Amino acid sequence: MADLLQILTMAVTVGSLYALIALGYTMVYGILKFINFAHSDVVVLGAWGSFFFAAALLPRMGFGTPLPWWAGGMALLFAMALCGLTGFLIERFAYRPLRGAPRLNVLITAIGVSLFLQNAGQLQFTLVRGDDTAQPPAPALRLPFGTQPQRMPTLLPDQDLLVIGEGQSTARLGSLDVVIIATALALMVLLDLLVRRTKFGMAMRAVSFNTDSAALMGVPVNRVISMTFVLGAVLAAAAGFLYVLKFPTVQQTAHPTWVLVGLKAFVAAVVGGIGNLRGAVLGGFLIAFAEQFGESYLQKYLGSGLKDVYVFSALILVLLVRPTGILGSPLREKV
Amino acid sequence: MMNSSQMFGRRRATAALLTAAAVLSVGVGWFSTARSALADDAGKPIVIGHYGSLTGAEATFGKSTSNGIKLAIKEFNAAGGLNGRPIELREYDTKGDPKEAGTVVTRLVASDKVTAVLGEVASSLSLAGAPICQEHGVPMITPSSTNPRVTKVGDMIFRVCFIDAFQGFACARFAADRNAKRVATLFDQSSAYSEGLARDFKRAITKLGGEVPSEQRYKAGDNDFTAQLVAIRGTNPDMIFIPGYYTDVGNIAIQARRLGITCPLLGGDGWDSDQLAKIGGEAIEGAFYSNHYAAQDETPKVQDFIRKYKAEFGDIPDGLAALGYDAAKLLFDAMKRAKSLEGKDLAAAIAATRDFDAVTGNVTIGPDRNAVKSAVIVQMKNGERTMVARVEPEQAKE
Repeated sequence: MADLLQILTMAVTVGSLYALIALGYTMVYGILKFINFAHSDVVVLGAWGSFFFAAALLPRMGFGTPLPWWAGGMALLFAMALCGLTGFLIERFAYRPLRGAPRLNVLITAIGVSLFLQNAGQLQFTLVRGDDTAQPPAPALRLPFGTQPQRMPTLLPDQDLLVIGEGQSTARLGSLDVVIIATALALMVLLDLLVRRTKFGMAMRAVSFNTDSAALMGVPVNRVISMTFVLGAVLAAAAGFLYVLKFPTVQQTAHPTWVLVGLKAFVAAVVGGIGNLRGAVLGGFLIAFAEQFGESYLQKYLGSGLKDVYVFSALILVLLVRPTGILGSPLREKV
Repeated sequence: MMNSSQMFGRRRATAALLTAAAVLSVGVGWFSTARSALADDAGKPIVIGHYGSLTGAEATFGKSTSNGIKLAIKEFNAAGGLNGRPIELREYDTKGDPKEAGTVVTRLVASDKVTAVLGEVASSLSLAGAPICQEHGVPMITPSSTNPRVTKVGDMIFRVCFIDAFQGFACARFAADRNAKRVATLFDQSSAYSEGLARDFKRAITKLGGEVPSEQRYKAGDNDFTAQLVAIRGTNPDMIFIPGYYTDVGNIAIQARRLGITCPLLGGDGWDSDQLAKIGGEAIEGAFYSNHYAAQDETPKVQDFIRKYKAEFGDIPDGLAALGYDAAKLLFDAMKRAKSLEGKDLAAAIAATRDFDAVTGNVTIGPDRNAVKSAVIVQMKNGERTMVARVEPEQAKE
C-alpha cells in the first residue's frame, strides 16, 4: 500500500513536469503546425539558468550559503525571463524568416537550433574575472555551462509532510513534491485562463484556427506567434527549474537525460492530442503513470528498466484507438 | 575544463594537421619507407594517438586520461625520448559516442599513421576503436576499459587495468568482509561496462555465499529511480551495488536516502571523479567504490606522481589520470624493448611486460593481454576519498 502511494506521488510529480513541457510543444503546433524540436533545449536552458542564478549569481552578489528564502522564487523568475527571451529570439531569427517556406524546412531548422543550443551549452567562458584580493574574495563569474554535471544548490528543504507506513514500506510526501505539483498546476491554470478569458488568448485561438482569416480580421499574427513562443519557453523554464530541484544533478546540455525528457513530453502532447492544451496536460500525467506503474508493477513479469517501453507502448495504443490523440479534434485534410 | 579558445585552437591545429597529412600522403612511397627504416628517422618524432571523451557526458574521463598521458610524454621527452626521438601526441575527441570513436580511430591509424593508440575509458567506446586498430595492425592499449571483451578483439589490444571479473570479485569480497550477505544491484543496461560488472559481481558474491535479492536496471539518461529503488527497498538488502558512472550515482544516492534506504552503497571505478562528492552531497557520504588506486596511498611512487601531476595541472589526479599515465609509460617501456616500431614487434614487446612498476600497482601483462593487478576500495568520508581496503589478484584464485 505504502509503495503504491510512493509511486503515485512520483507519477503525479513527474507527470506535472511532462505536462508543463508538453504544453509548449502543443501550443506551437496549434499555431504553426510544426514540431519545435528545440523546445527540450529551452527546458535545459531553464535548468542551467536557474542553476546559474542560484549557484553563481547569488553568491557573487553576497547571498552565500545558506541561500535566502526568496532564492527559489527568484531563480524561477530568472530562468523564465532568460528562456522567454531565448524563445522570442529563436522564433524571430530562426523560424520567422521561414514563415512561407515548406514545413519540412522549418522542421529541419528546428533540429538545427536544437543542435546549436546543445553544443553551445557545452562551452564555458568567464563573464567576470575572479578577485582574490577583494574582501570577501569574489569568485570568478563563469557561465556555468560546460561538460561537467553540477549539483543544484538546495533551494527548498525537502521535508516529509506526510509519512505513511513504516520501515521498509513507507510512503513519503515531501515538501518538494508539493511545491512542484502546486507550481505546475498554478501555471497550467494561469495559461488556461489566459487562453480562454483574455483578448490575447482569443487572438491565439483565432490564429490557430485559421491564420489567414485571423490576419484579415486585424489580428497581429506575428506578434501572437512570438508571444506563443515566449509563453511556451516560460513554461519550459519552469519545468527545467522544477526538474533540477527534484533531480539535483544538473546534467550537461547534450546529455541523453534532456533528450529523453523532451521526447517523453512530446509523446505526452501527441497522446493527449497535439494542438489541444488540456490534452497535453492529460497526456503528461498519462505518460508518467504508464512509466511509473509499468516499471513498478510489471517488472515481476517483464523485468526492470523498461520505462521507455511503457511510454511508447502507451503512445502506440492510444494512436491505434484514436489517431488524433485522446482530446485531439478529427483531422480534416483540405483537398 | 576546456575553454572556447582551447577548443578552437585544437580545431585549427587539426585542420592544419589534416592538410599536412593530405600533402604527405601524396608521397605514399616515401611515407612508408620513412616508417619502416628506423635508422633514417633519427630525431624525427614518434607519433602516438589518443582517443577519449574530452567533451560529452563523461568528459572528466577523457580529460583526466589525457592529462595523465601528457604528463608521461613530457617526462619521457625530457629524459631524451626514444634514442633521441621525442614522442608526439595526436589526440581526438570521441564525445562519448561510439560512432565518433570509430571515426577518430580510423583517422589515427589510417591518416595520421600513428605508431600506437591509447584509449578509451568507456568499454563500449574501446570496443568501437579496437577492431580498427586490430585490422590495421596498430597496437592499442586501453588505460581503463575493464570489460573483458575489449582485449578479446585481437592480439593488438592490451589494457593496463584489471578486468571486470576481478573488479566484481573485489567488490564482492569487500561486501562479504563487511558481512553483507544480501546485496541488491542497480545497473545501467545500456552500458557494456555497467551490465558486465553487475553480472561479474553477482557471480562472485554467490560464490562467496551471498545472494542478490533484487536486480534492477535503468538506462543512460534516466534520472528517476524511484520505481527501482522501491523494489530494492522491499527486499531489505545489506548493501546496494551500483556499477554505474558518477553522473548517475548522485541522483540514485539522493533518491535512495529519501526513500529511507540506509544501507551502504557500493560502486565500481566508474564512480571515480572529483565531481562525485559535489553531485552526491550528503547522500553519498559513507559509500564505497572499487578503484585502481587511491590518492591516499602512502607509497612514494604514488605520492611522487601526485606531486608532479598537481604541479602540472593543479588538481589531485583521479584513477583515470593515473591509468592514462601508466598506459603511456608502459607503452614507452615496450618501445625501448621492441625490435622495431612495427606493429607486430611493438605488440610482442607490450605482451612481454612483466612486473612493470606503475603508479596503479605492478603490471604484468597476462596471456590474454590483460593486466593482473590489485584493486583498492575507497570510501567517501566528509567529501574526501579515503582508502579502506585493498584486494590482491591472488585472492581471486582461492
